Amino acid sequence: MSQHMFDGIKKAVGKVLPMSLFSDGEPKRIGIYGPPNAGKSTLTNQIIKDWADDEDEDLVDTSELEHETQKAQRKSVTIERNDATVNLDVVDTPGVTTEVNYEDFMEDMDKEDAVDRSRGATEGVAEAMHWLREDVDGVIYVIDSTKDPFTQVNTMLVGIIESQDLPAVVLANKTDLDGSNVQRVESAFPQHDVVAGSAKSGENIGDLYDEIAEKFG
Amino acid sequence: MSETTPGVQVDVFSKARTDELTSMEKIRCILDSVKEGNVVVLSAGLSSDEESRLVEKTMSEINPDNFTGIEIKRPNRTPSQSGGFFSKFVGSDDGGNDITFVAPADKIEEVDAEDGELLSALLHGE
Repeated sequence: MSQHMFDGIKKAVGKVLPMSLFSDGEPKRIGIYGPPNAGKSTLTNQIIKDWADDEDEDLVDTSELEHETQKAQRKSVTIERNDATVNLDVVDTPGVTTEVNYEDFMEDMDKEDAVDRSRGATEGVAEAMHWLREDVDGVIYVIDSTKDPFTQVNTMLVGIIESQDLPAVVLANKTDLDGSNVQRVESAFPQHDVVAGSAKSGENIGDLYDEIAEKFG
Repeated sequence: MSETTPGVQVDVFSKARTDELTSMEKIRCILDSVKEGNVVVLSAGLSSDEESRLVEKTMSEINPDNFTGIEIKRPNRTPSQSGGFFSKFVGSDDGGNDITFVAPADKIEEVDAEDGELLSALLHGE
């Protein structure tokens, strides 16, 4: 049996049996999803700094500009919490949107660069959607808690996550900023475990690791 | 509709119509219509998987010169309604229960449902 076939069968069986049955040390692929500029890459870097084996592990690029991440990037980490060890391949994905207009980037770059950035963004979003349907075992959903969570993109992504029966942890991010409203995020995701914290400052990220270990371990 | 006629064309797809189509046919119909500048109304909505594929396909067809993407709107609800906000939108049958508007980016101002009885959509004028 090919590895591809085995993985397919394993994923199908995993839909109806607890994931713990497959706790054979093989890393689980955990996608970090959310809208643009929610702090997904910042969280990825925090996880790398805290848990990657190699201290020289490359960090992913971050920016205040939307669509800085244009390709899904996978990083291997081992998280140890409460006597449990969890091997994860963390996948930092491009921010999901349903529209990309190069003119939105024109304040910060010339037209040619803006068009290039928009093309990269569209490819990245398509890749992220494909990963979500086919190639992840669980999701860390990152929300900017200073912004309204009641958006169509959040609705759509959470709908996909639930339809795939993917285990998910929601991070209400950027709690270090004025205007953060964790309660609003909790009310938008009543059926999911919400952890409030800041990937940038590290505030409360330990609670996120506890949740990750419990949910994906 | 004539090309010189001002206004927005709205294409309404009944459940009977979309039930005849495969997912990819449905997505193709939606995108073809939206790329012409029309607003598509799907009385039976899309499943989560179809919505995901619609976004993926949309991304592959965005063109800086004439197509910047889509908006997907479903009637607005509040978190205080039973089951929470997202469960209302997603529905119980993989998201395929709710009337759904798909439009060119920035074409829809708002879609709202009053007590589940009156559905109103506000479109941007040209």
